[in-house]
Amino acid sequence: MKLRLATAAALALTLTACAPSTSTPRTAPSDGGARTGTLKVWLFDEPNRAPKEKVVNEAVAEFTAAHQDTKVDIAYIAVDTRSERFKGAFNDPASAPDVVEYGNTDLPEYAAAGGLADVGPAVTAWSEGADLSPDAKSSATYEGTLLGVPWYVGVRALYYRTDIFQELGLKVPTSIAELTTAARTVRAKKPELFGVAVGGKYTYAAMPFVWDAGGDITSLNSAQSRAGLKAYTDLIADNNCPPQQCADLTGGKTVDLFASGKAAMGILGNFNRAAVDAGAAKGKYAVVPLPGSKPGSIAPAFAGGNNLGIMKNSQRPALAADFLTLLAGKKYQSEMYDAMGNLPTLKSASAVVAAKDKFVEPFITTISNGTKFVPLDPGWGKIDASAVLPTMIEKVATGKSTVEQATDEAAKQVDAALTK
Amino acid sequence: MKQRFTPLWLLLPAAVVLGGLFLYPMYQLGLISVLDFRQAQVSGGQPTRFVGLDNYVQLFTDPQFWSVLLATVGFAAACVVATLAVGAGLAVLLTRISRVPRLLLSLAAMAAWAVPAVSGSTVWLFLFDTDLGFVNQLLGTEGFNWMYDRYSAFALVGAVVVWSSFPFVMVTLYAGIEAISRSVLEAAALDGASTWRTFWQIMVPMLRPVLAVVVIQSIIWDFKIFTQIYVMTRGGGLAGQNLTLNVYAYQQAFASSEYGLGSAIGVVMMLILLAVTVLYLRTLRRSGEPL
Repeated sequence: MKLRLATAAALALTLTACAPSTSTPRTAPSDGGARTGTLKVWLFDEPNRAPKEKVVNEAVAEFTAAHQDTKVDIAYIAVDTRSERFKGAFNDPASAPDVVEYGNTDLPEYAAAGGLADVGPAVTAWSEGADLSPDAKSSATYEGTLLGVPWYVGVRALYYRTDIFQELGLKVPTSIAELTTAARTVRAKKPELFGVAVGGKYTYAAMPFVWDAGGDITSLNSAQSRAGLKAYTDLIADNNCPPQQCADLTGGKTVDLFASGKAAMGILGNFNRAAVDAGAAKGKYAVVPLPGSKPGSIAPAFAGGNNLGIMKNSQRPALAADFLTLLAGKKYQSEMYDAMGNLPTLKSASAVVAAKDKFVEPFITTISNGTKFVPLDPGWGKIDASAVLPTMIEKVATGKSTVEQATDEAAKQVDAALTK
Repeated sequence: MKQRFTPLWLLLPAAVVLGGLFLYPMYQLGLISVLDFRQAQVSGGQPTRFVGLDNYVQLFTDPQFWSVLLATVGFAAACVVATLAVGAGLAVLLTRISRVPRLLLSLAAMAAWAVPAVSGSTVWLFLFDTDLGFVNQLLGTEGFNWMYDRYSAFALVGAVVVWSSFPFVMVTLYAGIEAISRSVLEAAALDGASTWRTFWQIMVPMLRPVLAVVVIQSIIWDFKIFTQIYVMTRGGGLAGQNLTLNVYAYQQAFASSEYGLGSAIGVVMMLILLAVTVLYLRTLRRSGEPL
């Protein structure tokens, strides 16, 4: 009897003692921490990392030469599992890095988790800090605090096949209406091609249409958003890109289609250049900014990109800031363009890059015309993970719902996620 | 007195292992499901809050949850029936054929069983690819997207599920059939029972305990299906038409770090599976067969 009681008591004790684990964040040293020792840095791994690694190693060499008794330990983390790695780093301060590269859409989630340090003072003290464009800065600001330095951005523009346009006597589209007509003409005259490759899961190709119409992710069921969505989903039709083939295409798939010569146009990023040059479209294409609905206007692009930030747990924040500003500076930004084709965020570096390479011109024009961003709210992660926008596009494209129904439903989900 | 405690002591090692591996995680699952527990709470950015049944209310008031639940039950039921039919049919076949074909069939089944779910799904996806797939070339239906229609997508994923889970059923039932005494079957044959009748009235009742294991296992596996759906329909199909409960839980909860909500879905799934298992075991018991 005694034993049974003891067992029950022990069991009860273990049960009450086990709340889910929560870690206690370490506070950063107020004096900026040690100026020597090892700085741990996490950068994203890339499919072709060698050129990036070369630029980074050069920066490390410059840094360690200028800072005595320091070592920089660079780890390249896989993009697919970055979320788990970051969560792990927030939960276990002891193994966390000092400087991190992170995707700018991941910012709110990390910020809400309290994992990133304020880099505002470091940027103010930095000679090149004033050169950051306001659009770029605002994409790294969460609730009034600058939590990172935009390192590079990528934007999408309209790639088109010069040979096909010439053969069919088409003009380069300067408005969405012209784009649609050109796409349908291609499909009608060359049924084996798609006019413009668009996909139901390609959110960042659809959003410029919505933004151009005056809509936004936070007001998906407004008349403007609906008009923009309709302009995009009208392209997923038999007279351009049939729903059977295009409704479930991702952005990556549309890149493949354009690169392999199966589409006359594509909404591709500056970062897709290598993929296109590796395909059948090489040397037979040109790029213009994606037009808006008004003739001659440019649709606002989504400015995806990566920031460099400092972890709140860092024990060497001052040293980390030194390394961060070096790597994010003009010199290494323009070298990163040469190495990886990443667009710089510093105006001075953009100018250098634009002067060297005509290819970036449409992208820089797009950026200077103003870019848009996803809502800076931890709820965005949920909207993204539960595929609210692709579901909306696909429902309309496949005719499962009307534009009104699909946008109402999506708007409800967005509201629920953002107000949480 | 001493005698009375002997069973307890003997159970202790198993209880410790089961308690550690099952009870404790289950307790945590239940606990987290009544908390507001997101990434911010895990890393200590915000305090953990008790929210009572809020997560469950949110779940049950989401119309998508109900349609996903319905699809999951239907899909799992179809997969279980198909797996059992294929597995049982091939198990009987195995007892009828000679050594070499038996070996070949076993090997083929083992190979299907051994293929990791992700690779298996990906290979099937290649075969059924819209533009370049072998199946479309064979049928002359290039450009046909198998994943476009909800039911053709479910059927294709179901085929992969059956393909990867029938070997277990086949092997288990084969072992069960082999264990049936020859004399019983011989007696039935002498009494003039047809093959069909022998199967249903001699083999199936004798296989009941084995069948129970196989059926429950299949129900649990197929209800919890994740990999095949996630890989083949790219996370739930066109506009989420092929979501199953596990993928839905992953999408709604874990990928977006809503651990509280995810745990609530986990608890609901566990209760459903528990109910199915208990019901099934009870009906077996009632029909008089001790397990």
